[in-house]
Amino acid sequence: MPEEASAPGKPGKFWTIVWELRIAIALIIICFALSLATPYFMRERNLINVLRQVSVNGLLSIGMTFVILTGGIDLSVGSMLAFGGVVTASFVSNAFKDIPSINPFLAIFLGLAAGTLLGAINGVVISKVKVTPFIMTLGMLSIARGMTYIYSNGMPITDLDKTFLQVGQGYASFLPIPVAIFLVAFLIAWVVLYRTKFGRYVYAVGGNARSARISGINVGFIVFMVYVISGFLCALAGTLLTARTSAGLPQAGMSYELDAIAAVVIGGTSMTGGKGSLIGTLLGVLLIGFINNGLDLLSVSSYYQQVCKGMIIVGAVMLDYFQSDSDR
Amino acid sequence: MTATGTDQEIILRMVNVDKRFHGVHALKGVSIELRRGEVHAICGENGAGKSTLMKILMGVYAADSGDMQLNGHPVRFQSPRQALDAGIAIIEQELTPIPDMTVAENIFLGREPMTAGGLFVNYRSLNRMAQDVLARIKVRIEPTRKMKTLSVAEVQLVEIAKALSYDSDVLIMDEPTSAIGERETDVLFDIIRTLKTQGKGIFYISHRLKEIFRVADVVTILRDGEYIATKPTSGLDQDALVNLMISRKLEGQYVKENTPTDVPFLTVRNLRRRGKHEAVSLVLHRGEILGIYGLVGAGRSEFLESLFGVARPDGGEVLLEGKPVAHRTPYDSIRNGVAFVTEDRKNSGLALILSVKDNTTLTSIRKYHRGPFVNRRREMRDVLRAIDFFGIKTPSERQLVRNLSGGNQQKVVLGRWLLAQPSILLMDEPTRGIDVGAKREIYKFMSDFANEGNGVIMVSSELPEVIGMSDRILVFKDGRLNGEVSRAEASEELLMQIAT
Repeated sequence: MPEEASAPGKPGKFWTIVWELRIAIALIIICFALSLATPYFMRERNLINVLRQVSVNGLLSIGMTFVILTGGIDLSVGSMLAFGGVVTASFVSNAFKDIPSINPFLAIFLGLAAGTLLGAINGVVISKVKVTPFIMTLGMLSIARGMTYIYSNGMPITDLDKTFLQVGQGYASFLPIPVAIFLVAFLIAWVVLYRTKFGRYVYAVGGNARSARISGINVGFIVFMVYVISGFLCALAGTLLTARTSAGLPQAGMSYELDAIAAVVIGGTSMTGGKGSLIGTLLGVLLIGFINNGLDLLSVSSYYQQVCKGMIIVGAVMLDYFQSDSDR
Repeated sequence: MTATGTDQEIILRMVNVDKRFHGVHALKGVSIELRRGEVHAICGENGAGKSTLMKILMGVYAADSGDMQLNGHPVRFQSPRQALDAGIAIIEQELTPIPDMTVAENIFLGREPMTAGGLFVNYRSLNRMAQDVLARIKVRIEPTRKMKTLSVAEVQLVEIAKALSYDSDVLIMDEPTSAIGERETDVLFDIIRTLKTQGKGIFYISHRLKEIFRVADVVTILRDGEYIATKPTSGLDQDALVNLMISRKLEGQYVKENTPTDVPFLTVRNLRRRGKHEAVSLVLHRGEILGIYGLVGAGRSEFLESLFGVARPDGGEVLLEGKPVAHRTPYDSIRNGVAFVTEDRKNSGLALILSVKDNTTLTSIRKYHRGPFVNRRREMRDVLRAIDFFGIKTPSERQLVRNLSGGNQQKVVLGRWLLAQPSILLMDEPTRGIDVGAKREIYKFMSDFANEGNGVIMVSSELPEVIGMSDRILVFKDGRLNGEVSRAEASEELLMQIAT
């Protein structure tokens, strides 16, 4: 009978704080070690470069955090990224089919709308038809990828509008524009999650959907919305990636869902929903980014990088497991 | 057989056991002794430390300090396995059968007798051993039946047989009767008497005080983690025991000060849902507490769900002050001032992994909006108001709800609905599994709430509660309304008659 507090054995205040800050501490240690191992690491150019690289995974991970907090999963982020990127590219390219090049902002809007639509399809099927998120988004992973290839004839879309390329390559003051966009998106997401009732409902649905429903929350709508948010952010990431690489690549974003899920999980969000934080996700994104970058600088083969990343994911979850195991 | 146990040999001794969780001092130097042939009840409100003490004994938790001696030897168990091997078995409140295995397989899980080669399970001997254990407690269940074909009560008896099969000296029974009926309880008490004559010691935990007087020789009372007293049950009565369990003196268990009016408030006409309940009609008046009694499965909870919009009824209408209202979703009901305290707070009431604050304002948060944002100052003010109003015991509003005791969890549910400012309260088993003190506070809340011109519909399986709190009682049977009883004529016998 669980009548008494089943809190973990009290490890002392100091260790509690260390535990709370574990990802931040891990991040600091890694940065410190890398700056010792290679002097190039701490250079401003390299750090800015890392930020630019992580902004894509960062955007995907924000959406993934919303989805996982409700107890769902979105496996289709990489494909939605590609679809959004290719749609945007098609409207700013001078060399794509008969579609004329239009105002780049309108093009971006259309690309974002395309990704949002895919997210909305995920959301409707999951919340109304009650197909499990894993299956629906696994299907969408394939559907959206296929649609991307069909739309682009399987070819990269090149010869893009110069103004548009600024979105991926330009600077807002000292920050690369993709980084600035990621930071703004992060701030908005943080406010939505922690300062609006919608954010509270996201946690409530993941915490106990039945209780949330009886409390008058439209659970279906909340679930629908998190997939819409995910789809939108994927398309945004796809647009940034297109502008950065100067081409709409139909094969872009392959297996990006793994990095996004990894960042969320490393950030301490529970796969069963209701528990986790956006700050944690941000740290998870940075952690993965720095490790990738550091191993690149140390010229470690990308094969080893994959092994390393996998071990970090499992390690992070094992830590959580030991923590919650001492609850019992 | 009336062994008071005082001259018997001590099997188990726990001395000065101390245990702290995060911010909670769960056990404050508790000592207890168990003798051969003794049934030793442990009493206390929820959160008093009963379960923690037993979990330390079983090696589930480690004590921060204190000693344990088994048959005179100091012991300290690291796991339930070690405790079992040393001769301490527990019959847990929550049953954990493996549904697709047979009775015999469940009893001897992990200890199956093997054939000569040691490769295969010797089923013949397995079934015979199970037969023997079941016979020892005079239970007639075929060992080859699958667990999933058994009733809850039968599963409980199998669990008891399993605990006995370890031939333990010490048995812990944690709410063993919560899932079984009168007849099975009698069987269980016969078994306990047999075990006493075999010289076993039994720790018995139950909320049902009557049982304690029927079966226990001595009772140890805990309160807020503190040892209060150990007394022979022969020298106590129920009131004296309750007074030891709670710090304040209890004047009557029920608080009933509301005066019902005859102004109709909520009218239900022919509300029905196929397969769940037939057409039900009722009127709830302002100021009234309307009780609904019935056996488990009579359709009472299902009726409340139809009424609140959790499930869509097939027909019928609901009128609020004479005006028809459509409760298609819980949200509609809440907007019309209806609140629903569900039967199962862990499953449908609370999000256990969220904080007291987030659970409390889940329904009312839409009221705190300033533009698109939550006005957190107003939210916090209301949270503190709810915590204060119900006296919710929590280290802070940020504590996770799963770390609270059952009574405090239920108060969080009530706090949530209070902040939604309802005028009609639907309550399904509002005091299930919570302690006497918290029960009384909830009764007082119901009474005050009704007295302000609101209405309460209370579903309960506890006859004394229904009779003690209701102004009128509706009785459900087999999914339909089988009768109505006024407060004046209500008696346990009459209600049972209509319900069965």
